[in-house]
Amino acid sequence: MATPVNKEDAFSQFLLRMGDNTLILGHRVSEWCGHAPVLEEDIALANTALDLIGQTQMWLGLAAEVQGEGKSADDLAFLRDAWDFRNVLLCEVPNGDFGRTLMRQFLFDAWHSIQLGRLMKSSDERVAAIAEKASKEVAYHLERSADTVVGLGDGTEESHRRMQEALDYLWPYVGEMFQSDEADAEMVKAGIAPDPASLREEYDVLVSRILGDATLIIPDSSFAHKGGRTGAMHTEHLGHLLTQMQWLQRAYPGAKW
Amino acid sequence: MKNEWPLWEIFIRGQHGMSHRHVGSLHAPDAEMAIKNARDVYTRRNEGVSIWVVEANHISASSPSDKGPLYEPSESKVYRHPTFFDIPEEVGAM
Amino acid sequence: MYAQMIKSEATQDDPEKLAAFQARIDAGEKIEPKDWMPEGYRKTLIRQIGQHAHSEIVGQLPEGNWITRAPTLERKAILLAKVQDEAGHGLYLYCAAETLGVSRDEITEMLLDGRMKYSSIFNYPTLNWADIGAVGWLVDGAAIMNQVPLQRTSFGPYSRAMIRICKEESFHQRQGYDAIRKMAEGTPEQKKMAQDALNRLWYPSLMMFGPSDKDSVHSAQSMAWKIKMNTNDELRQKFVDQTVPQAEYLGLTIPDPDLKWNEERGHYDYTDPDWSEFFEVIKGNGPCNVDRLAARNKAWDDGAWVRDGLLAHAKKKATRQHAAE
Ligand SMILES: [Fe+2]
Ligand SMILES: [Fe+2]
Repeated sequence: MATPVNKEDAFSQFLLRMGDNTLILGHRVSEWCGHAPVLEEDIALANTALDLIGQTQMWLGLAAEVQGEGKSADDLAFLRDAWDFRNVLLCEVPNGDFGRTLMRQFLFDAWHSIQLGRLMKSSDERVAAIAEKASKEVAYHLERSADTVVGLGDGTEESHRRMQEALDYLWPYVGEMFQSDEADAEMVKAGIAPDPASLREEYDVLVSRILGDATLIIPDSSFAHKGGRTGAMHTEHLGHLLTQMQWLQRAYPGAKW
Repeated sequence: MKNEWPLWEIFIRGQHGMSHRHVGSLHAPDAEMAIKNARDVYTRRNEGVSIWVVEANHISASSPSDKGPLYEPSESKVYRHPTFFDIPEEVGAM
Repeated sequence: MYAQMIKSEATQDDPEKLAAFQARIDAGEKIEPKDWMPEGYRKTLIRQIGQHAHSEIVGQLPEGNWITRAPTLERKAILLAKVQDEAGHGLYLYCAAETLGVSRDEITEMLLDGRMKYSSIFNYPTLNWADIGAVGWLVDGAAIMNQVPLQRTSFGPYSRAMIRICKEESFHQRQGYDAIRKMAEGTPEQKKMAQDALNRLWYPSLMMFGPSDKDSVHSAQSMAWKIKMNTNDELRQKFVDQTVPQAEYLGLTIPDPDLKWNEERGHYDYTDPDWSEFFEVIKGNGPCNVDRLAARNKAWDDGAWVRDGLLAHAKKKATRQHAAE
């Protein structure tokens, strides 16, 4: 797979990574609407999904602008095929039960909040502005998902068991968020974004503390699935998600909605 | 139902320095979650800057006769406000 | 309407108290939860508010059906925010019902095991994207007809919930009209979707107001108590009169060949829906009754461990705090 080396391609790659994460995770979270365990959670999950969709509009909007091919954020969301998506695999795995959904949310929010904190100091003003707005939303996402993970981990025997299962299932998808390639190196050089690997220490401290409070045990393995953020190999699940998400745009090309 | 989450009464103070006002109720396992739920349920249209929660059965009634992350997000959801949509005059009020 | 055919309970209370109660209502006073009220008033209200709340919650399903297929990011956000609002409406109404002494879990279980109903409209499917526009335009439009006067209902908590809900409903109807308008003004296929949506949802929308006045036996008491503010036929006529010009603007045809303006009455004459279909839907034989209830039951059953888990943690935390003090 060709890795971009010039700055423009690397920048566009970086923006797609940010925007595809929020797009795909926002889509997954929105699947809960009308089906959550209790009304208050239904409403809260919808707020999270709404924030993520809003962030997607900003990241993909900027990506389209940087690409300079006259595309819109919608074109990028609805008219690319699976191999063009740059989200980490963690975002595309199916919801599973409520516990797995909230564990996935927490593992992502923890990374997301640290990443956005760094991006607020980006040399690119547009990136810094998006990060500033998103970081307020994500600070709340993290508070909420962390609390829920702790509550369910430390709840009943059944909720504890389910949360441990969720963590075991999802942990191999965590490492990918910290992998770097040449595009990342280019972003570091330009002062636009941090080296993903440099977020790991802060992440581990945060995640260990919360999972400790949740009485859950982090799997003793550093194995990490990869292929999402480079586009080299997504899971089988992404294609099904796109089939739904993109259906109208694909079936009726050129229509205005 | 013995396993039901308790009911909480929610009080919100808006932007203009008014006192906290009762806005409604909701269910939550504890006070912290009640505050979070209140943020999600009752400030979706940017309605408040400070939230109080009181467990409903701690309220005695007379006889008849964190600001940044918590509140700013909903400011951007203009589509929630009906004026976001252009409705042609010919079709009447909506 | 969101509450259809609410049977009002007969009341066997002290006639003097009853007269005083009626006088308060006639004077426009609000009845509050701790006030004396006839048992029939309380029971009828629980049934009505409960059915209204259940309708909001089940009503999430037909529209939620399209959230993952919304055609643009903006439409997805709008629809999600709209369906989320409906969850909020259900929540406000359940809280209003709770002030009458029935807990959220109790009333939820009455929905889930079929003891309580929800509006017939939500037993119809949403089959193409224009349905999402049509639901906002017609279904929320019909609901608003009923909810606006209910802001003045006699029971305080119900009235306050309605005030909050009405503030949000205008967004719902407008986003719906905006969405179907894009379709009606779009490609021939989109226009076809819009017409198809109107064809399928027109009569079910008329049914929302409940059976014709001559067949509604429970109205009088509820109207005296000001928990029903208008008759079914009044509201239905108002809805038709409001909606016909809106459909004309879109260039869509209302599926009623006999629909015409009656100069003398100052109203549109229209064909009544097929009431036998309505009663079948109410009995459980609508196209989606079984699926809707199954979806709600699944959410409730699958969520039990979550509700229990979070409560168990809250109790442990309280005990630990207590021990530390
Ligand atoms: Fe509603
Ligand atoms: Fe509505």
